[in-house]
Amino acid sequence: MIQVEGLSKNYARTVAVNNISFSVEKGDVVGFLGPNGAGKTTTMRILTCFMPPTAGKATVAGFDVFEQPFEVKKRIGYLPESPPLYPEMSVADYLMFVARLKNVANSEIKRRTEEVMERCAIADVKPKLISKLSRGYRQRVGLAQAIIHNPDVLILDEPTSGLDPKQINETRELIKSLSGEHTIILSTHILPEVEAVCEKVIIINKGKLVATDSVENLKHRAGLNAAIQLQLDTAGNGNAEVVRQTLEQVPGVSKVLEKTVSSDRLVFEIEGLSDRNPRADVARAVVNSGWNLLELKSLTFSLEEVFLELTGSSAEATVANGKGAAA
Amino acid sequence: MRNIWTVCRRELYSYFVSPIAWVLLAIFALLSGYFTYLITGYFVQASLQSQMSGQPMPMNLNEQVITPLFSNIAVIGLFLIPLITMRLFAEEKRQGTIELLATSPIHDLEIVMGKWLSAVLMYCALLLVLLIDYSFLFLYGQPDWKPVVTGFLGVLLEGGCLLALGTFISTTTKNQIIAGAVGFSLALLLWILNWTTSFGNSPTVQVLGYLSILSHLDSFSRGVIDSKDVIYYLSLIFLGLFLTTRSLESLRWRA
Repeated sequence: MIQVEGLSKNYARTVAVNNISFSVEKGDVVGFLGPNGAGKTTTMRILTCFMPPTAGKATVAGFDVFEQPFEVKKRIGYLPESPPLYPEMSVADYLMFVARLKNVANSEIKRRTEEVMERCAIADVKPKLISKLSRGYRQRVGLAQAIIHNPDVLILDEPTSGLDPKQINETRELIKSLSGEHTIILSTHILPEVEAVCEKVIIINKGKLVATDSVENLKHRAGLNAAIQLQLDTAGNGNAEVVRQTLEQVPGVSKVLEKTVSSDRLVFEIEGLSDRNPRADVARAVVNSGWNLLELKSLTFSLEEVFLELTGSSAEATVANGKGAAA
Repeated sequence: MRNIWTVCRRELYSYFVSPIAWVLLAIFALLSGYFTYLITGYFVQASLQSQMSGQPMPMNLNEQVITPLFSNIAVIGLFLIPLITMRLFAEEKRQGTIELLATSPIHDLEIVMGKWLSAVLMYCALLLVLLIDYSFLFLYGQPDWKPVVTGFLGVLLEGGCLLALGTFISTTTKNQIIAGAVGFSLALLLWILNWTTSFGNSPTVQVLGYLSILSHLDSFSRGVIDSKDVIYYLSLIFLGLFLTTRSLESLRWRA
């Protein structure tokens, strides 16, 4: 559905997007992941024909964004980072305006407007002025605006930014419910969001493609190197030093760190080797030694850690890896 | 055509649901009403004096009321037109709604035409107020109606120019105040360009005189449609809309 080849965009002095390539299949829900300033918005703006690329080529549904922007625009629904709303308009009037703007047939406008309002759960604020709406509602009006002409491709720029947790959940559910009919690209800098909504991830950093992979693979890859936190009670059977030595013997464990040592509980952080996850073996070793296993958990990996993983010291290897996955 | 109307309709909606349109209408009604009162007052006074003097001078409602009234209306327009146009693109840029327009299947020219047309219609709404003032002249006198029609055509063309230029200025900034201030300065400058006529008749003075926007209005309010003036106004409208379209296109490259 979307093909991007060697895409670059330079602003006056900065390179916002540097030679990135990826492709998105019809029906995919792709997370576009990167820290602020990574080039996510720029890439999306190129795909939506808001601005032309400096170099490279991008096609949407077979149409080049530079050569045939009209055909591309007809097939794209776009929600920019701040929803493009006119505060002085009422929700219904605004959506009917967008429908007209997106070439929805006159006879269909009313029906489509009702439909998307139902879909995005904004029918109850239909006659309200947009300026009176809460952020969550505005975001949903923004989404309604993006899907009003039933586009093949939906491009959503940080659809959950600035929302409270409940609104974030609602928005994610809404996006998930749209995923059947539309190909969706959504940008975010929150990893759990990708986990919750997307099947595939494209990671960019400083304008460069870091990895394209499925969410499963990415989690796996990041999870392997993530630390495990272990809490146990020796039940008077050995001390912290003994526990540490025992844990270091466990296959797959590369490093053991003592975090808290007290009479009734010991907390360790364990780093595993990259090729296998030693959680099961650690658990077995603890139980076999007659200690009480109180807690064993993978420390949740934040995006920062994934980035350190993918862009940090082992950058060369990982990028090569990422390209392998992309190919 | 449908796209132009879509954009135009939304702009009119914004003018009339926000206070802008009503404030402008009120200001215009007040100023044009006062000017009508002043000029007809002078006229009445002059006609009384000419009768008292024993040798009555020919009095002409068209020449002595309607023609000066149109020039005064044009001057009010210089002040109000930047207020109509300043928000057109600056507001879209500030709100980010320009992204919606720019990513919709609509040509830049259609956006520009729609916006300009809405501004022209807003300006027409102002001129309708003037019709009320004039109706009193028709009620109590017998002015010739044809110079009134051409006069309206004249102020419409003249307003169209300033609206087109103001629309262009609005594309260059996110800040409405800047768009308004620059638009007003330009309108003022175009008005006073011919104030150099007292310096003689050098080519510079002639060129400046020709470029001056209100000097082309006089013939209209006298009932004459001079092709020279029509061409001047139409080419200025074309220039303004052309610059607006190019400026809008360039936003994509500069963004």
